[in-house]
Amino acid sequence: MNAPPLPVGEDELQAYIDGRLAGDRLAAVEAHLAAHLDLGKRVATDRRQRALLRGQLEAKANEPVPARLRIASLQAAHRTRRLGQLGRIAAVIAIFAVGVGGGWYGASLGRPGAGTVAQTASTATVTQGAVAAYRTFVVEVAHPVEVDARHEAHLVQWLSRRLGRPLAAPDLAKFGYTLMGGRLLPAGSGQAAQFMYDDQSGKRLTVYVRQAEGGNETAFRFQREGDTASFAWIDRGFGFAVTGMALREELLPIAEAVYHGFERGEDAAPTRKD
Amino acid sequence: MADPGALLEPLIPSLRRYAYALVRDHDAADDLVQDTLERALSRWILRRDGGDLRAWLFTILRNLHLDAYRRGRRQGTHVPLDLAPMPGVAATQDNAMEAQDVLAALDQLPEEQKSLLLLVGVEDFSYEAAARLLGLPLGTVMSRLSRGRQKLRAILEVGRATLLRRVK
Repeated sequence: MNAPPLPVGEDELQAYIDGRLAGDRLAAVEAHLAAHLDLGKRVATDRRQRALLRGQLEAKANEPVPARLRIASLQAAHRTRRLGQLGRIAAVIAIFAVGVGGGWYGASLGRPGAGTVAQTASTATVTQGAVAAYRTFVVEVAHPVEVDARHEAHLVQWLSRRLGRPLAAPDLAKFGYTLMGGRLLPAGSGQAAQFMYDDQSGKRLTVYVRQAEGGNETAFRFQREGDTASFAWIDRGFGFAVTGMALREELLPIAEAVYHGFERGEDAAPTRKD
Repeated sequence: MADPGALLEPLIPSLRRYAYALVRDHDAADDLVQDTLERALSRWILRRDGGDLRAWLFTILRNLHLDAYRRGRRQGTHVPLDLAPMPGVAATQDNAMEAQDVLAALDQLPEEQKSLLLLVGVEDFSYEAAARLLGLPLGTVMSRLSRGRQKLRAILEVGRATLLRRVK
């Protein structure tokens, strides 16, 4: 640069190129450039190249954002991965529990058609999914549910459509639990629905429903893992689980109520495939 | 409630623009943006409240880009500086040619100067924000900005001279 000594600094020239000067300094720089033609030409070139660069890249910013960069789909993928990891951990725990012979208890409730023993594996799958989902979302403070109870009708309709079965969020008010909302989860090659409830003390309970194709009806299976207890059963191609931090005696009547609730729902509105 | 989607979605177009200018390949640029968003989501709760979300995302994107670059896995395609002109290029097309050249010429700059010209000149970050983003003192940012523009001008003057000779 062979420009004469500058009353205007190089930093100010850069700010001028970027259009970030105003008032007196802008006037001073403009006067200076008018008086120094070579410098004026140089700065004009920089300004033009800056504008051309912006123009060249403008089209890129105006392109529609591709689906794979939508935040919702990234979040769904993130959840799936996290649940996959939790699912594997839960599977290890379940195998260990069976191995020591202390983890599984069947409890037939004498309901119609209840009770083949051969489907333990399926109820185990349901329990695993339910417990993994319970552990993931019960601790969640900011986003415990995807759709909250204020939009219950939408939630139920959405989950029913995705699972291909009419669902209803069971009314657990007489047990002191109110609906918080629910979410859709991946379950094997299909989907699962989770309804979450809490009581006045903030204790949470979930009702979990997943597709369990080919699964025969089973009795209730009880499982306890630490302080988390779960009753699971299979009924007409769907697996159900009621999971909470509760005693077996507390959870059993809730599971029964949920079972009868879904049984009635089924009668009222026959299964459709979406 | 701070829903990441509502805060992140409006920033994606400018992230794609910066990524594209860095790697010069549409798919590789979207890969970079996807990695950036995934990292941001996985660290969402670690984000400083009241911090500049946009600057944070650009920092993540640039760091991912530099990591990939260091590992030698950069997939960007380089457009040669002296693009062979079509026969009979008219004078009115000079500006289009120069625009193509600016982006290509930018590739000849060191990454730091290139990023600086993009962050300040295209993405409208303040000099202070750009300095924080690049981890440089403000004075250094100003002198590198000046040097980067000087170099860009020199590259384009040579390229333009070549171009004009070929056309004649």
